[in-house]
Amino acid sequence: MTSTLSRLPALVPPPTELPPRAAALRAEVRAFLAEERAAGAWSPRADVWLSGWDERFTRELGRRGWLGMTIPVEYGGHGLGALDRYVVTEELLAAGAPVAAHWVADRQIGPTLMRFGTEEQRRRYLPRIAAGECYFGIGMSEPDAGSDLAAVRTKAVQVDGGWELTGTKVWTSGAHHAHAFFALARSAPKDDANRHAGLSQFIVDLDSPGVQIRPIPLLTGAHHFNEVVFDRVFIPDAQVLGELGGGWAQVTGELAFERSGPERFLSTFPLLTALLGELTGVSGTEREVGRIVSRLWTLRRMSLAVAGSLESGEAPELAAAVVKDLGTRFENEIVDAARTLVAIPPDPGAESGFARLLADAVLHAPGFTLRGGTNEVLRGIVARGMGLR
Amino acid sequence: MSEVLELAESVLSGSSSTGTDLDAALWRALEETGLARLTLAEAAGGSGASFADAAEVLQATGAHAARVPLVETDLLAGWLLHSHGIAVPDGPLTAVAADGDTLTRVAWAREVAGIVVLTPSEVLLLTVDGLEITAGANLAEEPRDTVTRPEVVAARADLAPGAAAEFRLRAALGRAQLLAGAARGALARTVRYAGERVQFGRPIGKFQAVQQQLALAASEVAASGAAASAAAATADRDGFGAPSTAFAVAAAKARTGEAAGEVARIAHQVHGAIGFTREHDLRLLTTRLWAWRDEDGSDAQWQAELGATVLAAGAEALWPLVTGTP
Ligand SMILES: Cc1cc2nc3c(=O)[nH]c(=O)nc-3n(C[C@H](O)[C@H](O)[C@H](O)COP(=O)(O)OP(=O)(O)OC[C@H]3O[C@@H](n4cnc5c(N)ncnc54)[C@H](O)[C@@H]3O)c2cc1C
Repeated sequence: MTSTLSRLPALVPPPTELPPRAAALRAEVRAFLAEERAAGAWSPRADVWLSGWDERFTRELGRRGWLGMTIPVEYGGHGLGALDRYVVTEELLAAGAPVAAHWVADRQIGPTLMRFGTEEQRRRYLPRIAAGECYFGIGMSEPDAGSDLAAVRTKAVQVDGGWELTGTKVWTSGAHHAHAFFALARSAPKDDANRHAGLSQFIVDLDSPGVQIRPIPLLTGAHHFNEVVFDRVFIPDAQVLGELGGGWAQVTGELAFERSGPERFLSTFPLLTALLGELTGVSGTEREVGRIVSRLWTLRRMSLAVAGSLESGEAPELAAAVVKDLGTRFENEIVDAARTLVAIPPDPGAESGFARLLADAVLHAPGFTLRGGTNEVLRGIVARGMGLR
Repeated sequence: MSEVLELAESVLSGSSSTGTDLDAALWRALEETGLARLTLAEAAGGSGASFADAAEVLQATGAHAARVPLVETDLLAGWLLHSHGIAVPDGPLTAVAADGDTLTRVAWAREVAGIVVLTPSEVLLLTVDGLEITAGANLAEEPRDTVTRPEVVAARADLAPGAAAEFRLRAALGRAQLLAGAARGALARTVRYAGERVQFGRPIGKFQAVQQQLALAASEVAASGAAASAAAATADRDGFGAPSTAFAVAAAKARTGEAAGEVARIAHQVHGAIGFTREHDLRLLTTRLWAWRDEDGSDAQWQAELGATVLAAGAEALWPLVTGTP
């Protein structure tokens, strides 16, 4: 048969083994989480990286050195690698621990400031991020620009000493608690021939005059999302992030980090653990449990492989899209399995336990395959990677 | 591309696609390059390579639908003989676990120089002279023969502890690599076809609906390859006696088996009716996907085994099992 193998790009990097030191770190995190749970500090929840806002817990992580792990020591971080951070985050998510307060700052803002931020911006935010005292949001989406991010309409107009932002951001997770966010805005008129040009990123302190934050309750009734309205909000020149007009490359360049992490397959893991608890002693479910576990194990190895490749300086965008598509569908499969294997109806009023986890998971599930780029859009990226577009 | 994969690709690109018998020219090339006995110990005439290297070669073999008993010779027969102190004969070999006198569905039996039988208490080497072999086949028309065992055996040894369990895992590990490779080969062909076949004035690959299907197949192919490769890496690191390897192999065979059906389905859908005919080469890959997913333990069997392990360990043990860190 003619050689067809080489025509396909590698869809996932080769397997990554964690460095030997990871085992000790993992043990430390597990011991801490067990202690906290035993003390009743929190109980496991589904989709904790959106819903588990707990500033005490976040500061505690900061105190233990588990935030800003990849940020250099001179900026208050710990100068460790992406794989060390991977171990800590996967343990936190698997336990269903409340990580939402620092999630965006730790995952995205820190590394982005290291890459594109000025010295002044790094000194201003990074030490507090690593301490678990400064929280961020992401201001990309707009009512008319979700999947088509290049369609953002928020306008940045140059004024004396800086810029004035006018427009509306939506779906901004955590903006009501956050100190600041990165806003993507048009700093030059739209050019239909090059829609990606003229976009810039601005660091907006959310207590700036002219910023209005309105809640958009989710299906659970909880308040995680917001609409953020800017009315001529002044942004000093010092708060421009990276290159003026380089916003598109900046936001898309970070996507491999955002798309392949353990949060893309572990959002409903606490429900899976609770499900297994319900199935103890029940026979006839082995096959379905094994099917789920084989998928889970595989996803983790894929996600780890992408993390390993990121650590060595590559940006495996295609692999990250594949992991996110498979992973977020898997998060939904756990919900289906929980419903079909156990006859306990979801109960949003329960304090904790299977019925409560299931209720939250069902109501959060639609978001898994939307946030961070929808699965349909991701498949378009995969198709392009295979040379079809 | 790694060196061993480059070598494998150069050897395999000369393989022929027609026929159902052993590809003798390819086998000779595999022997000459040391790929036929890649993982076998150097003391036994092998190359002493890792399972990670073998995974690359076997995935490439699967992608080319190559007609050679590579898993059987290297991972199973060669290892069983050598580990039981029996000299490994030249030529292609096969191996089967059996407790009666009739050996069923023996891979490549009619084409090999020796058949290794793993009985409940012994390892036997049968040379093929005087054996009664009835031809049988799997869905891909690969030989799966019935062999009636004669009284005379060329060599025998008492079964070593753990060998039967390791045999099962090696067989499943090898099959998982072939499955991952065939899935990748089927996708590569299908992507190429989608770029060539024109309907409504454009290549069908330009239609978003087709792209979405191919991306779904790609994610299954990616999962398949990642699972198979990770299981090989686990076997290298922990050995076959470790629970982590048993877990990884079960997960990999279950996952590659599950992916096989989905990839074959999409490959045929995108090929339209032509892929459904005997004259088209797509079948060489899809029939292998359908055959191999049910060999060496079906995905359903490995799922059940994995599920039973997890349920017996208890809910709190799931995460430690998945991470391989107790
Ligand atoms: C839980 C959650 C948290 C979020 N947090 C944030 C946040 O903090 N900050 C932020 O900026 N945004 C956030 N978002 C927004 C998120 O990034 C957008 O929802 C996402 O980009 C999709 O945009 P949309 O919702 O406008 O859907 P649309 O773009 O309107 O898409 C609607 C449907 O059409 C499909 N579609 C659209 N275009 C195409 C195409 N070209 N090809 C195929 N299908 C297409 C989509 O896949 C989708 O199914 C969050 C979303 C969720 C669910």
